[in-house]
Amino acid sequence: MLDYEVLKLIWWLFVGVLLLGFAIMDGHDMGVGTLLPFVGKNDNERRVVINTVGPHWDGNQVWFITGGGAIFAAWPLVYATAFSGFYWAMLAVLWSLFFRPVGFDYRSKIASPLWRSTWDWGLFIGGAVPPLIFGVAFGNLLQGVPFHFDNDLRSYYTGSFWALLNPFALLAGLVSTTMITAHGANFLLIRTEGDVYRRARTASLLFGALSLLTFAAAGVWVMHGINGFVLTGGDLPGGLPNPMDKTVVTAPGAWLHNYSAYPLTLLVPAAAFAGGLVSVVAALANRPLTAFIGSSVNMLGIIGTAGVSMFPFIMPSSTDPRSSLTVWDSVSSQTTLGLMFWATLIFLPLVIFYTSWAYKVMSGKVTLDYVKGHDHSAY
Amino acid sequence: MISTELVDISRLQFAMVALFHFLFVPLTLGMTFLLVIMESTYVVTGKQVYKDMTQFWGKLFGINFALGVTTGITMEFQFGTNWAYYSHYVGDIFGAPLAIEGLMAFFLESTFIGLFFFGWEKLSKVKHLMVTMLVALGSNLSALWILVANGWMNNPVGSDFSYVTMRMEMTGFWDVIFNPQAQAKFVHTVSAGYVTASVFVLGISSWYLLKGRDIEFAKRSFRIAAAFGFASALSVIVLGDESGYTVGANQETKMAAIEAMWHTEPAPASFNLIAGVDEAHQKNDWAIEIPYVMGLIGTRSTTKTIPGIAEIKARNLVRIQNGIHAVTALAALRANPADAVARAEFDRYKADLGFGLLLKKYTSDVSKATPDMIRMADDDTIPRVLPLFWTFRFMVAIGFGLLLLFVLALYASVKNDFVQKRWLLRWAVWFIPVPWMAAEMGWFVAEYGRQPWTIYGVLPTWLSTSTLTSASVYASLTGFLLLYAGLFVVEMYLMVKFARQGPSSLYTGRYAGETAQGAVA
Repeated sequence: MLDYEVLKLIWWLFVGVLLLGFAIMDGHDMGVGTLLPFVGKNDNERRVVINTVGPHWDGNQVWFITGGGAIFAAWPLVYATAFSGFYWAMLAVLWSLFFRPVGFDYRSKIASPLWRSTWDWGLFIGGAVPPLIFGVAFGNLLQGVPFHFDNDLRSYYTGSFWALLNPFALLAGLVSTTMITAHGANFLLIRTEGDVYRRARTASLLFGALSLLTFAAAGVWVMHGINGFVLTGGDLPGGLPNPMDKTVVTAPGAWLHNYSAYPLTLLVPAAAFAGGLVSVVAALANRPLTAFIGSSVNMLGIIGTAGVSMFPFIMPSSTDPRSSLTVWDSVSSQTTLGLMFWATLIFLPLVIFYTSWAYKVMSGKVTLDYVKGHDHSAY
Repeated sequence: MISTELVDISRLQFAMVALFHFLFVPLTLGMTFLLVIMESTYVVTGKQVYKDMTQFWGKLFGINFALGVTTGITMEFQFGTNWAYYSHYVGDIFGAPLAIEGLMAFFLESTFIGLFFFGWEKLSKVKHLMVTMLVALGSNLSALWILVANGWMNNPVGSDFSYVTMRMEMTGFWDVIFNPQAQAKFVHTVSAGYVTASVFVLGISSWYLLKGRDIEFAKRSFRIAAAFGFASALSVIVLGDESGYTVGANQETKMAAIEAMWHTEPAPASFNLIAGVDEAHQKNDWAIEIPYVMGLIGTRSTTKTIPGIAEIKARNLVRIQNGIHAVTALAALRANPADAVARAEFDRYKADLGFGLLLKKYTSDVSKATPDMIRMADDDTIPRVLPLFWTFRFMVAIGFGLLLLFVLALYASVKNDFVQKRWLLRWAVWFIPVPWMAAEMGWFVAEYGRQPWTIYGVLPTWLSTSTLTSASVYASLTGFLLLYAGLFVVEMYLMVKFARQGPSSLYTGRYAGETAQGAVA
């Protein structure tokens, strides 16, 4: 059996991988949903846009579901504390996600323009709201969240929903929205042609550039504007998880400690900038696949930067720093982490294999001729 | 703080979103297999009508599936948003099957469903059939994992409480998977799904036959549904009986309540077919009994007794008193983990910790619980009998009614005279909603019957909620009600519209109401 400390580290990486998988796969569907009303000017163009993700959105959404399930299984305290603490934010994500399955599947079933444009905006909400809120949530994690535990490890959230919408968190929301939207635009470059392609290219350039700018601004803010958290005692990496058994202090610039302690980690934010630049340059040069890979690396860098900056913290508490949740003390038992490690190791490569096959089967541009010829069988 | 109001409204919300989700699940479970049968027939015979059947019934399946997905995401959120303490307390065990469900089943089902709808022109016949089979496999595997999780809630095997981490932790994953409750629940539930889908296809096909349209298409669909439905209805009943047996072993309380068996009867106990249940006085005013049957279902023997409610409560009273020691020792251990006396005391009474926690509803200091509080907690250990008694009987009656329908439908399809038997066709149409009623009742019996626990004997429902205000939960419940009502109207509208339109909605030019060239809408 693997060492407990190693398993805890592996699960920090795995959750990161699942988040990244979510951002790359479900993210491009959400970006496409966000852009739908703007890059498609009439019904047939919008049907082109929708059909680029038509066969895949459902499978891609499972990255989200599995990510949630994995956090439940591997970090039950994080799942419990974050979902109940961010109550209204989570419900806003959930309710906006409602519009996707029905939007995709029901839109094409009736030809009425009102019906269809209603679902277009539904798909817009389902695409734009979740990344925005996830970004806002990360922005709040970086500042610490007002919660504490009682002696039975029952969590109490003492903030309000509106307090989540503070300036730094909103900036983080913009980082997330722009990176996902640019990524969705890059996917459209791969799968479309003509007018839709041209508008998607404009979007890719615009949001790609904005993603770089907002990420840089957030970086400066983290350096100078907000306090990080430092673990000063207790909380042994190999020990039994108990969040109440540690001491934590806050300090300006503490979120940069990991970079000075391990300079190699600077590659992570560097990847965010490099990926973003590649995305923009490739979109300019009409190289869709390169742009898509660029935006994927960009998201790897951005998500990774949040993770590395906060490590070992996952969800720091602003009101009771001792209650903060870390990689060491919010995890499942060694048995469960070990079991889930093997399950992931077996099934995730399998998932990637058959998902690739599905994309290969459905590859090629979605054209106006295709959607016109498939009025009753395509979306 | 936790209040009765918060707990009740949270339960209501969970029941509402779970029951609503379960309107879409059974049809998905069954339709995927019916589609496999139809498409296999197409691949083997090469007859176009079977491909049309796969595509048309697949269309209706898709309308249902979209809401199944939508409402399914809610379920994953519910535990975290509204049942945070539950998620912490048992996430170590309960989370694993959910995560594996995603990795093993949802990915499979959801990735291939896209190819099922959009891959007809891109895949060979055999490859497309494989895709359909993988969708069926995926959806049924997801049912397996969620019922492994649910089976554990009813019969928490393979786990142990840790006072350091203040939660249940997994000790034996195979025990959790091969939990007899989980296995019995799985087969019972998927069979119920197969019955639901069979009635759906049988009923709509019968409607076409009654209208005298799309005869060949409808006849073939009817036959497949009749055969598949007969086998499934039989298995629901046999395997439902099997879950009766496992309930007997693990959860006598649920069985005693379902049976309104107030006192232990001499073996083998008789089965109350119907009874005048007097819950206030803990007795039945009258009953129509079938001798021996209850003993046989519950114990598979003629000599073993099944405990009645009074005897179960007497046993629970002792467990609650022991539980007080466990809760008190746990508090001492939390304050000072090195306290050896508390440690020994805790180890001695740990098995009854959950029963001690039942008192938290009445006092925050369990060590000072009064005899009155203990008596109330003991009363709580029995779920309300009346709703369980009748819901169970309606469910079983529906099960036998469905079996009869399928016996007649299968007989008629073998004799090939069902097109003339208009009474049978009408019966099939009227019965379309009936399997859903049974499925919802089944959920109710299983979950309501587990009260007052979320994890039987381990974690009281009362302690499982998040620390939210009741107002928040009322507000979110209102949001769910509004959104779900809207989605339901849209779904039913589309379902009825396309069912009425029939296979002509494929625009192939071969079906009723289409022009010869197969033209526009």
